[in-house]
Amino acid sequence: MTVRPRVAVLDYGIGNLRSAQKALEKVGADAVLTSDAVVVSSADAVVLPGVGAFGACMNALRDVQLEKVALDAIASGVPFLGICVGMQMLFDGSEEDTEARGLGVIPGHVKWIPPTVQRPQMQWNQLNLKKDEPLFNNLGEHPWMYFVHSLHGVPNDDSFVAATVEYGATLNVAFRKGNVFATQFHPEKSATSGLGLLHNFVTSVNA
Amino acid sequence: MNSDIVARVIPCLDVTNGRVVKGINFVDLRDAGDPVELAARYDAQGADELVFLDITASSDGRDTMVDVVSRTAEEVFIPFTVGGGIREVGDARRMLRAGADKVSVNTAAVQRPELISDIAAEFGAQCVVCAIDAKWDANRNSWIVYLHGGRTSTDLDAVQWAEHAVALGAGEILLTSMDRDGTRDGFDIALTKAVSSAVGVPVIASGGVGTLDHLADGVLDGGATGVLAASIFHFGDHTISEAKNLMSSRGIRVRPV
Repeated sequence: MTVRPRVAVLDYGIGNLRSAQKALEKVGADAVLTSDAVVVSSADAVVLPGVGAFGACMNALRDVQLEKVALDAIASGVPFLGICVGMQMLFDGSEEDTEARGLGVIPGHVKWIPPTVQRPQMQWNQLNLKKDEPLFNNLGEHPWMYFVHSLHGVPNDDSFVAATVEYGATLNVAFRKGNVFATQFHPEKSATSGLGLLHNFVTSVNA
Repeated sequence: MNSDIVARVIPCLDVTNGRVVKGINFVDLRDAGDPVELAARYDAQGADELVFLDITASSDGRDTMVDVVSRTAEEVFIPFTVGGGIREVGDARRMLRAGADKVSVNTAAVQRPELISDIAAEFGAQCVVCAIDAKWDANRNSWIVYLHGGRTSTDLDAVQWAEHAVALGAGEILLTSMDRDGTRDGFDIALTKAVSSAVGVPVIASGGVGTLDHLADGVLDGGATGVLAASIFHFGDHTISEAKNLMSSRGIRVRPV
């Protein structure tokens, strides 16, 4: 690859976007933080980050007119990565805020982690891989990733689940549906294993 | 301890005017190096998170800290917290925008508790760490909260303040025993246990680590899920890897290095 893939990180004023941008740059992308529809539509790949509450994130995304931009990017077929609440927003809705409507890309709902264990899960945990997923290439059998979350995605169709972890129960923490990949964990904060996943994402642009 | 819990080993870097220092009982300072360099070294060694404590008093020093955070975000890909001098939401915003994942609040949150709820409302509870400096008070038979890096006493009961802070939206408690800090006698286990039993959020034990067994004690006996130390790592007494091996040998789940 001679040209660095251009990755648009959707900026809707939520969370620590700088670390996602820096991590993508570290693995060879030309990453821009943007809320500009034109920049996003010309990007080689799109990342939807997010931290905090589901409803607040959805509102913020809509306030800067990024909902349609995100859905258009997904429809265009470019590699698309949702991270943390950016992953949760791809579902139809969440128990955290039952009034808020999600993007509806992955049919299903986001549900609370069972109360039998400390919430949030704020720690590293080891993935159990459920799919022969290119983004997991060279990460080993059970890569360690960093989590901060109290809810997790439950798709209507189990075949979208790419990885799980054990935390009070078996939680779904990575999803694949077509060109959309989504992680509950933070690859940009998961040292070499996370950077490895992002590297696989960035190189998938030219694959 | 639930077997799904993976304990975190967290080196702490006290920073002033862009350099790492380590206070012994919050006073004597020795120079321990460049914060970004040290942070990258701990990331490479397998630290689970990092904490930067800005102990600078001047506003020039604060700008230097923003620069340290920003440079760290370019080289370090594990979560890091910045504390010290976070007095208003704007201070938190600056640090988070520069690349920090969490901010820790201490003195200003005691003086104005809504600081916690305000930061949590804007950025989420997961990025608000309430740091508590506590000291045993024999007369009151409880631990009392101290402010200004341990120089000012309050009437506040440390366990009650921890509960209140969590109710306001703190996602984590960073609990330092002033009685133990710098002594190398181990964490104040009774204090750690009292707070970790009282709150539902993760507690990071801090103050007093002299041996690797102390780290394991903080988890097994104190109920902490994160253990914080400075000197034993900075001056090369022990590596993160040695710490994790010891903890693992005592039955604690850790992310292997």
